[in-house]
Amino acid sequence: MRLKQGFDINLVGKATESIAKNVDAPKKYALKPEDFPGMIRPKAVVKVGAKVKAGDPILIDGKLDSIKYTSPVSGEIVEIQRGERRKLLAVVVQADGQNEYKEFPVKPVDQISADEAKEVMLESGVWPLLVRRPYAIVADPSDQPRAIFVSAFDSHPLAPNYEFTLKGQESYIQVGIDVLKKFASKVYVGQNGAKPSQIFDGIVGVEKNKFTGPHPAGNVGVQIHHTAPIANVNDVVWTISPEGLAQIGKLFKDGKYDAKRVVAVAGPKADQPEYVETYVGGCVDTIAAAKIKGDNVRVVSGNILTGSKITKDGFLGFYSNMVTALEEGNKSRFFLSDGWLAPITNRLSFHKAFGLLGSTKKEYALDTNTNGQDRPFAVTGAFEKVVPMDIYPMYLLKAILAYDYENMEALGIYEVAEEDLALCEFIDVSKHDIQSIVRQGLDTMRLD
Amino acid sequence: MKFLHDLLEKQKPLFEKGGKLEKLYYVFEAGETFMFTPPDVTKSKGVQVRDAVDLKRVMFTVVIALLPAIIFGIWNVGYQHSIATQDPETASFVSQFLFGLKLALPLIIVSYAAGGAVESAFAVFRNHPITEGFLVTGILIPLVVPASLPLWQVGLASAFAVLIAKEVFGGVGMNILNVALTARAFLYFAYPAQISGDKVWIELGEGLSTVDGYTGATFLGLAVEAQNTGTAVADFVANNAHWVQSPAELAMTSFIGLIPGSIGETSALMCLIGALVLIWTRVADYRIIVSGILGALAMGVLLNVLAPEGATYLQMPAYYHLIVGGFAFGIVFMATDPVSASQTNTGKWIYGAFIGVMTVIIRVLNPAYPEGIMLAILLMNVLAPLIDHYVVNANKKRRLKRATV
Repeated sequence: MRLKQGFDINLVGKATESIAKNVDAPKKYALKPEDFPGMIRPKAVVKVGAKVKAGDPILIDGKLDSIKYTSPVSGEIVEIQRGERRKLLAVVVQADGQNEYKEFPVKPVDQISADEAKEVMLESGVWPLLVRRPYAIVADPSDQPRAIFVSAFDSHPLAPNYEFTLKGQESYIQVGIDVLKKFASKVYVGQNGAKPSQIFDGIVGVEKNKFTGPHPAGNVGVQIHHTAPIANVNDVVWTISPEGLAQIGKLFKDGKYDAKRVVAVAGPKADQPEYVETYVGGCVDTIAAAKIKGDNVRVVSGNILTGSKITKDGFLGFYSNMVTALEEGNKSRFFLSDGWLAPITNRLSFHKAFGLLGSTKKEYALDTNTNGQDRPFAVTGAFEKVVPMDIYPMYLLKAILAYDYENMEALGIYEVAEEDLALCEFIDVSKHDIQSIVRQGLDTMRLD
Repeated sequence: MKFLHDLLEKQKPLFEKGGKLEKLYYVFEAGETFMFTPPDVTKSKGVQVRDAVDLKRVMFTVVIALLPAIIFGIWNVGYQHSIATQDPETASFVSQFLFGLKLALPLIIVSYAAGGAVESAFAVFRNHPITEGFLVTGILIPLVVPASLPLWQVGLASAFAVLIAKEVFGGVGMNILNVALTARAFLYFAYPAQISGDKVWIELGEGLSTVDGYTGATFLGLAVEAQNTGTAVADFVANNAHWVQSPAELAMTSFIGLIPGSIGETSALMCLIGALVLIWTRVADYRIIVSGILGALAMGVLLNVLAPEGATYLQMPAYYHLIVGGFAFGIVFMATDPVSASQTNTGKWIYGAFIGVMTVIIRVLNPAYPEGIMLAILLMNVLAPLIDHYVVNANKKRRLKRATV
């Protein structure tokens, strides 16, 4: 399938395909409830000082306690971070370096029933890797999904190449798919139409579709829209990343919750950008020390469109597969020299409005300045150019802001997640926080 | 520019909460953010880098696109003056330009000042930032009026338009009607003597009179007369207008814009250049411009086909509609206003086409009102939400149809 709408943001600092030698393994790891937008009542199930193995539960959602959020490594619980009104922020594990795993039963996949598989997945901590749509939240174990979707490539700016990060894990991915087929009759894999895949070409038992075009062609939501769209609120599908598939495969093949992840360290402020081996939720302090240059730098867990700002000793998000380093843009710009009226070529724009004479093909070292202030929506038709879906994003956003339930539903709220409209947020001249509006809409529909 | 920045920062406490001039905070802020893009950074969650463009730059792109029309229009005021009076004083290019500038610049300043004052007052009363919308409106208003318009009228129109067409609807982004056109409509209905007829389009200057037999009528005014006398439009215009010598050069002269009319509107060529800038920078939607042109041509051809004998205006070649009057200016700079136009792509095709069709209908079939583009756009402004409603509904229906599960 060839998608025309979208936009590739070319940034300086693409990771070269090698594993960094000069980065120590992090000492601390954390699970953060805010990584799971559907979580209603996060609760730590361990106390400070408790010893845990990789795969031992440390966090649950009080509202949906069958899903266990487990420790990525073995070690000791050293901190339970809380914010205002004792809101749980993170459960922190200090690694003991032993990598002891809680053991889970190993059985040939064809001899496991769906219920058995579900139980192991819920206990071990791989379940949260399954995300359900509508709503883009952790899958509810009581749901019966119509299908499961996997995007086999990541088209985000500077995103890691799965062909490199998952090299040699084909058999785990196959097992992961075989397990998931117990829950849904169909598993769809969206592949990059521009490049053959060593990892996914040999996978069997799935329906493969090829997608080409600029970002967000690699977004699973876009792929769902073009293969078998979500029809209504009861039409549940699940999505999972290739890393998630491999993790499920390891659970069923090796009997352990292996949260190891190869993440890309990239961005304009990354020093010799390359890949780093870590675990889910790993602290980025060692990465920052070895791979990030400068002081006025923002470290992002994830990519620049959907990621979150973290500190230099913050923790990688549960779903993050990269760390991006950018310069903070916290300085004023004079309107004639480098501000809104200056002819500039060193900043990227989708719009090409006067003075922005740069090409969209070259690589940019962008910073975090908003380049303008919050304004009412005054430009139309631009969002449609970056959302390859039969959806009117601005009408949808206005319906969300007006709490117009009927229209949200009719305009396609069930089909989208924040990431699908992230490019709208990037190109928006009125500088709205579009992804948080989308989340507000999803939460409104879910909780009412 | 550090000293300037420091100076502004020093004054800031005066305008902040608790300061003496607290009420004027947004006026100060508008000035400060005009000079310096603020050091605001993206929030911790979501997009970490933003597109380099903001509303200021978008709006200013429109002003850039207008520059050819502005410069040409100012010169043309002087040029028309010298044809009408054969005033040797304004014969050279520079002196013609200066003559035009002397008339146009005060109009521009008054338009910005009056509209800007209303805009600022609302920002102060309502306690919200001053937005950039007026950057464009302020220049559009003087371009769609004759250079001879009294300054107080343009000031009043500008204030009226900002107040009634924009602020009462909630400000930028919420207005239903195009603000600049509302100003023009206000003038047309409130002070028709100064903005219509054949006396207003040429500024003679004090103590000067026209050359013998000179008429200051515009093409559209002459076209109506041509029909009344039963002569072909091109022949009639060539015989009666001083700005053209023969029917053969009529089209080219009109296209270039060496004709009497509102300051910025006469040159289709300059509007075409502006259109290319707007389309290339993706600030205006080509769909509206293209469908507007096609709509006008189609309606023109249809009238040609239906024209009874002797109805020379109906028989006029359709392409004339594109190069005379304010059509080119209107379809490029007014119809494409993203706030008051249709917002969906399909809607934009329909919206533009109707503007083209309506313009020709009003021009040709309504003898009382020679120009049609203004009313056509205002009418379609009102209908645009309806068009979008049906386009979006079709999208919803498509969506429901897939609901097979």
